[in-house]
Amino acid sequence: MKHEQNHTTPMRYGMAIDLDKCTGCGACMTACMAENNVPFKEDESDKLVSITWMRIFELNNGKAFPDTDICYLPRPCQHCEGHGGHSPCVSVCPATATDYSQETGIVSQIYTRCFGCRYCMGACPYHARYFNWWDPVWPDGMEKYLSPNVSVRMRGVVEKCSFCFHRYQLAKNQVYLDGERKVPEADYQTACTQACPAGAIVFGDLNNPEHQVHQIVKPDSENGNKSRNPRAFRLLERLGTNTKVYYLSNREWVRRAGDNYLAHEKTGQVSKPHH
Amino acid sequence: MSTLDKKAKEAMDDDTAHASGGGDNGAGGFIILFFIIGFAASMVLGWVVFPKLLYSQKQQPFSFNHALHVGEVDEGCESCHFFREDGSFSGIPKLAQCTDCHEEPMGETEDEAIFVEQYVAKEREVPWFSYSRQPDCVFFSHAAHVVGAKMDCVACHGHIGESERSRPYEYNRLTGYSRDIWGKNIAGFKNNSWDRMKMDDCAQCHKEAGIIHTSSVQTQRDACFVCHK
Repeated sequence: MKHEQNHTTPMRYGMAIDLDKCTGCGACMTACMAENNVPFKEDESDKLVSITWMRIFELNNGKAFPDTDICYLPRPCQHCEGHGGHSPCVSVCPATATDYSQETGIVSQIYTRCFGCRYCMGACPYHARYFNWWDPVWPDGMEKYLSPNVSVRMRGVVEKCSFCFHRYQLAKNQVYLDGERKVPEADYQTACTQACPAGAIVFGDLNNPEHQVHQIVKPDSENGNKSRNPRAFRLLERLGTNTKVYYLSNREWVRRAGDNYLAHEKTGQVSKPHH
Repeated sequence: MSTLDKKAKEAMDDDTAHASGGGDNGAGGFIILFFIIGFAASMVLGWVVFPKLLYSQKQQPFSFNHALHVGEVDEGCESCHFFREDGSFSGIPKLAQCTDCHEEPMGETEDEAIFVEQYVAKEREVPWFSYSRQPDCVFFSHAAHVVGAKMDCVACHGHIGESERSRPYEYNRLTGYSRDIWGKNIAGFKNNSWDRMKMDDCAQCHKEAGIIHTSSVQTQRDACFVCHK
């Protein structure tokens, strides 16, 4: 039964979200909740208890009419790589419940291991992690609509966007059957990507030059994976979290909103690793 | 005689007893005897009664004869338990596969009569209990193991193909999981690779097969999202 593992080049799954295309319709949020069995509360406007793996924020440039401008920013888990996979949440988890995979670049969350200390939520700069204050309650009959590919979470554990990892697992099944080596780009796409009517979200392997997301982002591995695309930026890029979700915009004020810039600072800078 | 006097007399009697050394052996014997009885009782409680309390049994809707069917079909296990085109595994066959042959009873067994009358005729799916169902948090890929690693069904499922009757389905009353996951042996001894299917057993087999991944940043081993969902 002894056999060699094929060491293919590691993948780094990531996203490019074009904020100039996003209309803020919320289809990605809805698709995400349905796909990932995300529980909802009677009052979803209570943001202390509501859970949204993908969430749309509304930004504005703070100017009065007629110069006012708004921008909608969808925020999934940013799947930080940090330096060598030490993303903020993975570094602090005392239970090995969250992990960074060097093979796919995805930050996982194992609900059965999590004991709910919420240290990761404190560490996450993007508020991408959510705590289950209550057991999920589904309206009568709705539990029959739950996806069997995603396990439902119980009270007392943290959950977050997984880049629809179960879709990767299922796509891998097909790869084994077809005798291929890699999952084709079209076979593994997240629910939000497919739901976006504006085509604002592009998902794929940032390491693979054939994937559309690589061609858009053109990550510079010499420079902390900063994008070579002048339209692109990442959220709080100077923290060095080395996220894999890139945002695109032609508007300078939007790119400035991605980080806490001082008045004299220019956008598009990235921090050098500390160690 | 006052109460105080009584007590004094008893104390004196005790002193005499101790001084003479009489009755000491008898008391010690009783203590050992009670200890042995207590020990035996707790052992019986822990090893015999507790497992019976922990696991509950259910009978399958009707008995299925694997040995008979394997003899009748051409492609062994894969005749009924096959891969779908998208790479997923069919698992326990649906009614549609059975009715290919069983539109009418083919034999004369009582079990087949139940099947045809209650399920085929009424077009109801058979509510089988699955012995090998993993917990909800587990992702198991048949494709990776059967196609990728070319493993035999027997390695995990044992010689189920040779069984002539469906054994009772046992499940844990607390977790609801099938007993096949934790294993029959309450002490945790394991003789065959198919005796149980806990996470440690997956890990053991992966280690023996020399499958070493180092993709996890936390553990330098396999990442959690390989087998979890």
